[in-house]
Amino acid sequence: MDDLLADFLTETNEGLATLDVALLTLEKAPDDRPTLSEIFRSVHTIKGTCGFLGLSRLEKVAHAAENVLGKYRDGSLKVTPAGITLILSAIDALKGIVAGLEATGSEPQGDDSALIAALDAAWRGGAVAAPEPVVVDPFEALELPVPEPVAEATPCEAVACPPAASEAAAPAATPAAGGAGVAPPQTIRVSVDVLEDLMTLVSELVLTRNQLLQLVRARGDSALTVPLQRLSHITSELQEGVMKTRMQPIGNAWQKLPRIVRDLANELGKKIELVMKGADTELDRQVLELIKDPLTHMVRNSGDHGLETPEQRRAAGKPEMGRITLNAYHEGGHIIIEIGDDGRGLPAEKIKQKALAQGLATEAEIAGMSEREIQHFIFRAGFSTAAAITSVSGRGVGMDVVKTNVEKIGGTIELRSVEGRGTTFFIKIPLTLAIVSALIVEAGRERFAIPQIGVVELVRAGGGGSTIERIDQTPVMRLRDRLLPLVSLSRLLKLDDVEEVREEDAGFVVVTQVGPNVFGIIVDKVFDTEEIVVKPVAPILRHVTMFSGNTILGDGSVIMILDPNGIARATGVGADGPVEDAARAAARVGARPGERTALLLFRAGDETPKAVPLGLVARLEDLPAASIELSGTQPLVQYRGKLMPLVPMSGHWMPPQPGTRQAVLVFSDQHRAMGLMVDAILDVVEEHLDIEGSHDRPGFLGSAVICGKVTDVMDCAWWLRQAGDDWFKPQPQGEKTGKRVLLAEDSAFFRHLLVPGLTAAGYEVTAVETGTQALRLREQGAMFDIIISDIEMPELDGLGLARAVREGGIWQHLPMIAMSAHAEPGHSARCRNAGFTGDVGKSDREALLSLLRDSLSPAVH
Amino acid sequence: MQSEARASCTLPGTLPGAPTVADAAAEMVLTLTVAGQLCGVPVLAVRDILASQAITRVPLAPPEVAGSLNLRGRIVTAIDLRRRLGLPNRPAGSPPPMSVVVEQGGELYSLLSDSVGEVVPLPAEGLAGNPPTLDSVWREVSRGVHRQGDRLLIMLDVDRILAIG
Repeated sequence: MDDLLADFLTETNEGLATLDVALLTLEKAPDDRPTLSEIFRSVHTIKGTCGFLGLSRLEKVAHAAENVLGKYRDGSLKVTPAGITLILSAIDALKGIVAGLEATGSEPQGDDSALIAALDAAWRGGAVAAPEPVVVDPFEALELPVPEPVAEATPCEAVACPPAASEAAAPAATPAAGGAGVAPPQTIRVSVDVLEDLMTLVSELVLTRNQLLQLVRARGDSALTVPLQRLSHITSELQEGVMKTRMQPIGNAWQKLPRIVRDLANELGKKIELVMKGADTELDRQVLELIKDPLTHMVRNSGDHGLETPEQRRAAGKPEMGRITLNAYHEGGHIIIEIGDDGRGLPAEKIKQKALAQGLATEAEIAGMSEREIQHFIFRAGFSTAAAITSVSGRGVGMDVVKTNVEKIGGTIELRSVEGRGTTFFIKIPLTLAIVSALIVEAGRERFAIPQIGVVELVRAGGGGSTIERIDQTPVMRLRDRLLPLVSLSRLLKLDDVEEVREEDAGFVVVTQVGPNVFGIIVDKVFDTEEIVVKPVAPILRHVTMFSGNTILGDGSVIMILDPNGIARATGVGADGPVEDAARAAARVGARPGERTALLLFRAGDETPKAVPLGLVARLEDLPAASIELSGTQPLVQYRGKLMPLVPMSGHWMPPQPGTRQAVLVFSDQHRAMGLMVDAILDVVEEHLDIEGSHDRPGFLGSAVICGKVTDVMDCAWWLRQAGDDWFKPQPQGEKTGKRVLLAEDSAFFRHLLVPGLTAAGYEVTAVETGTQALRLREQGAMFDIIISDIEMPELDGLGLARAVREGGIWQHLPMIAMSAHAEPGHSARCRNAGFTGDVGKSDREALLSLLRDSLSPAVH
Repeated sequence: MQSEARASCTLPGTLPGAPTVADAAAEMVLTLTVAGQLCGVPVLAVRDILASQAITRVPLAPPEVAGSLNLRGRIVTAIDLRRRLGLPNRPAGSPPPMSVVVEQGGELYSLLSDSVGEVVPLPAEGLAGNPPTLDSVWREVSRGVHRQGDRLLIMLDVDRILAIG
């Protein structure tokens, strides 16, 4: 509140000063509308702020003055010198109160009723044709309970009255003002741009100073040493000074929080107390801007997820009032911000289940995880433990965004949580982004800077200490009984071209921490730490995520600044970030979110590999060229006693040379089969299928990265249509069932596949992308005969949907079929427990169709 | 230092030699050569000309990016024109390239050229379109062709040269 008050005082003093001038201008030119509007606005602002801060005396005076000004503004009252004088006296009264406020921190005692009455009379009196009497009249007519100063004023002449009225407020203010000498620390406002420019200049100066120091050190010219030392000193002080101008107390970022917490408490029916410590801890305004939103988000989270309802708290033997604590303090060139609550803590069990349900990890992996690692799941994208979606949180965008934002400014985030006792987050961020301390290293004959914030320790490899070992080409190091994954910087940056021979067995390992992950970066040499000025890299280099910027060293050379987060992501060390190395991801089962699909990779036409879900392919055949016959232009083959049409995958198909063989993917329905001719079958892999950019090429759904290669994903339905027009038309025996099917499936690929397939089998299909969307249909009263649902879906997954359906509503007794990509042991039981009537493997069309028939027939007849 | 001296004497030095009938429509062009080909960039786009500089390699950068260099405390990204134009690398032993520093979007870039010539005014009407047979890499970055004595000068479009990746 004190800071708010200080800001208010600064602003109000400025406002009052301009008001004086503006009012005088108005007096000279009573028809000057813009000035009048400006005056009105100023007074209105003061009134509004006073009301907000609970300064009732100021508010009343300002309010009365505003009323009169309002009439001036809308023209119902003429601006007269006497009127102006009256307003001016009100301004003076305001000044007096403000001065008292400045000196003592609270509104001085005093009575403004006379002044207010005069203003009100002017306002009500309307016609101020004869200003003097109007102003004087109220004093007499109202027979005020006259305060002393006004009593003095009453006898005086009309014109003199208003100034006297101003004195009414003055006495109250004068003693305080006189006593404290008023002056708060003087401030001027400087545009941020000026400060930024200053900072840039100082950065340049620091660089030049470093350069000079290096030169002089090399030459040993003693005449320069002393002045240079002075220069160095002054530069450092200047740097500090300019940095200070950019510093703002972190309390500025917290200003809105009390209000947010109050609203939150009302909305959630909780009792929440917000405790803020260290609000005057200063940090760079650029950093401050960047952490404002994450902080707000985290406080909301604490209130929503962290704290329990009063009943729950009572039951747990805690005070009803939950507490959110914010604490900020400096620690070694960094600022630490703690956001804590005394709520329920992170529920380890829930997180485990959620992680399992979302496929973030396997049961075995979770069993081997420390509590800390489990808690860190909350930083994963899309992870939310809130069971219900409230307006506050639970939308699955949350801690991962916070984490990304904090890391963006070179910070780290940690958490400590005890179930039942509460959770505390620790955000560690650099004081400033402009100048950081960095370790200068060399690899592959190039020098790089590593920001100190990420560096845990330096280890010399070889020479008696720890040595670099290898597990199948992957370098590791045993450090104090921990196996430390290593990354060779020269390899990572492809600097190896010259000396592949010189192995990294000797060198240094920079042990680096990114989130909970610790890894080592192998470098050839370590030089020194240096204060560097971070400069952003040129736009054409931004895509290289390994670097967070570049800088100029003391010797004038440019070097790149490594980004440990980028390195961790690129090498797959951090399981939290998206793993970019697809091959590595494939090797680490279950490490990637999302479901995996068995895919058949093949080549046809061009060099781009093609993929199709293995489940859709009935058989793979390798037919002798001679067996392919032509009926008209349609290639056919006699296959299992029937004629099977063959469709070439590449647009132009030449009959293969006699003696060669043709690879064919066979797709089959109950009674029909169709062969797709491809050039070569490459592989079968299990991969996360993430189709991007549906290019409008017929026959393909889009592209996906599979095994690290861009792969076209086949649109089966399209190719099947190529085999003959009647393929997907309702078949004679499969007459229209008229049954309505609701399909909940988040993957566009499977929706694409299932909708035509089911339609072809005679069903009316409605497809939605999530469980939530499905439930929305229920609310709208849509009715179906059966529900088919995917298990893994965003927002509300299949199990959740089943439970919601069984809870009640018009769908309560509908049969439900679960579909999932991978069946783990116990999967069927889980589905049934949730309320599904049956389950099938995804892309097993036959099984799905027969289960559909079976599920529907008893219900119908 | 030497480079800047050169730059400052080159720029005004050439002006007296220019045709006295200063054509209002003439564009002042700095000529440079890349693998023997005469090219030009508008002199107004040029911020500096530097002799050979220590260039720091930027790992994982596009091949056209030769690295970064320090121009009085500002970091300049060096683009190797030979590589940008798909030409063979500078033969070993040839003199170090010159940096023609240009600015785009507040960022400085250096165009590494084999040599820098002079500043000449080229009348706008002398600019002919690209010959249709011009190699596509050149066509992409060329604004047109000027006849310069018995040689042809390709006007480079700085923005398009910097459109990498």
